[in-house]
Amino acid sequence: MHDHSSHLGQYPMPVHEHLLSALPFALLILLYAGAAVLSSRRYGRQWPLSRFVLWLLGVLSAAAAVVGPLAEQAHRMFQAHMAAHLLLGMLAPLLLVLSAPVTLALRVINTGASRRISRILRGACFGFLTHPVTAAFLNIGGLWILYTTELYALMQEHLLVHIIVHVHIFLSGYVFTASMIYIDPSPHRTGYVLRAVVMVTALAGHGILAKYLYASPPEGVPAVQAESGSLLMYYGGDGIHILLIVLLCVQWYKSARPRLSVDKKTSRTA
Amino acid sequence: MAETRTSSTYRRRNIGSGFLFGIGLVAFIDEAVFHQLLHWHHFYDRSTTAVGLVSDGLFHALSWFATIGGLFLFADLRRREALQLQAWLGAVLLGSGAFQLYDGVVHHKLMRIHQIRYVDNVLVYDWAWNIAAVLLIAGGWFLLIYSRRTRQS
Repeated sequence: MHDHSSHLGQYPMPVHEHLLSALPFALLILLYAGAAVLSSRRYGRQWPLSRFVLWLLGVLSAAAAVVGPLAEQAHRMFQAHMAAHLLLGMLAPLLLVLSAPVTLALRVINTGASRRISRILRGACFGFLTHPVTAAFLNIGGLWILYTTELYALMQEHLLVHIIVHVHIFLSGYVFTASMIYIDPSPHRTGYVLRAVVMVTALAGHGILAKYLYASPPEGVPAVQAESGSLLMYYGGDGIHILLIVLLCVQWYKSARPRLSVDKKTSRTA
Repeated sequence: MAETRTSSTYRRRNIGSGFLFGIGLVAFIDEAVFHQLLHWHHFYDRSTTAVGLVSDGLFHALSWFATIGGLFLFADLRRREALQLQAWLGAVLLGSGAFQLYDGVVHHKLMRIHQIRYVDNVLVYDWAWNIAAVLLIAGGWFLLIYSRRTRQS
């Protein structure tokens, strides 16, 4: 039962290996904290502590998905795999987007580099990648491919595929979240109606996949695990989507604030 | 003249907000009461058609967004002092009834996503479900017409 996952190291993994793979995450936390201190000094204005807490929680939930006990369970239990994916692909991206890492980075790096980054952010290529429709396709489409083809079985066999899938899950989740709610500088903004439609479609694509997996699990996943895994995917996805919808609505509510009673008609179009 | 135009724009927005919230509300009751508390509805029924799965997924997603978005629109109307409560409530009933009817006829019967309850005399449940839907629609319709009358007089 356990041997098909033995290629991914011994089970249980020795403690020092856990610590070693947790190191990059610790560095990310330190990096952000250092940048926050630097920015506070340079601008004479405190970088919000709440943003640091969001970053901390975001990095921790991403870390929980790839190192430690949950990540180990995920190799043999579909439910654990699904919990890890909710953390890595949905919760961590949301928390990290809210911590405004790009804003912070632009503040502390030198002007030459920050200009170059801004140019990339403004570029058409970046605009295409971060368009809500593209982002939703990459995110939800990727999940469909993962669970309805042999990719899921392949991922359990090859370490490289395993890593690529995880990186994709995280990045596509991050880009999708950042295309829905604007916290960092986002030069390619789209309207609220478009984002609402994409949000509903993406949420539907996620829910439909979850129900589909309930009855037709990926290769090698026992029915019982598929059933509870897909329930977790369905309701866990709902939970995080609610947060996203509320944040999107709050941003609309703020931007549609009536300026003066005279302005009623212009603010309606916002 | 300009004033009546904004007022009718706001009437449409009141109706839109109420309708969305109505869809969300009845979907929420469906999920909370029939799925989670009573366990009458099943998460997945092996006789579900593919198109049923898609429709169910789309309406589930829409209802999440509609509940939250509808309430934000409601808050926006209040902030503008443009809330027309009768029209709003009428639209809530109309939205609830329309979704309930769609759920009862298309989802349960045509697409066979799941039944209301897994018992022999499910027909009784179906009739109760759909009559409730029609009553909601009728109530909403009445309130909407009534709200227009009272505004004109």
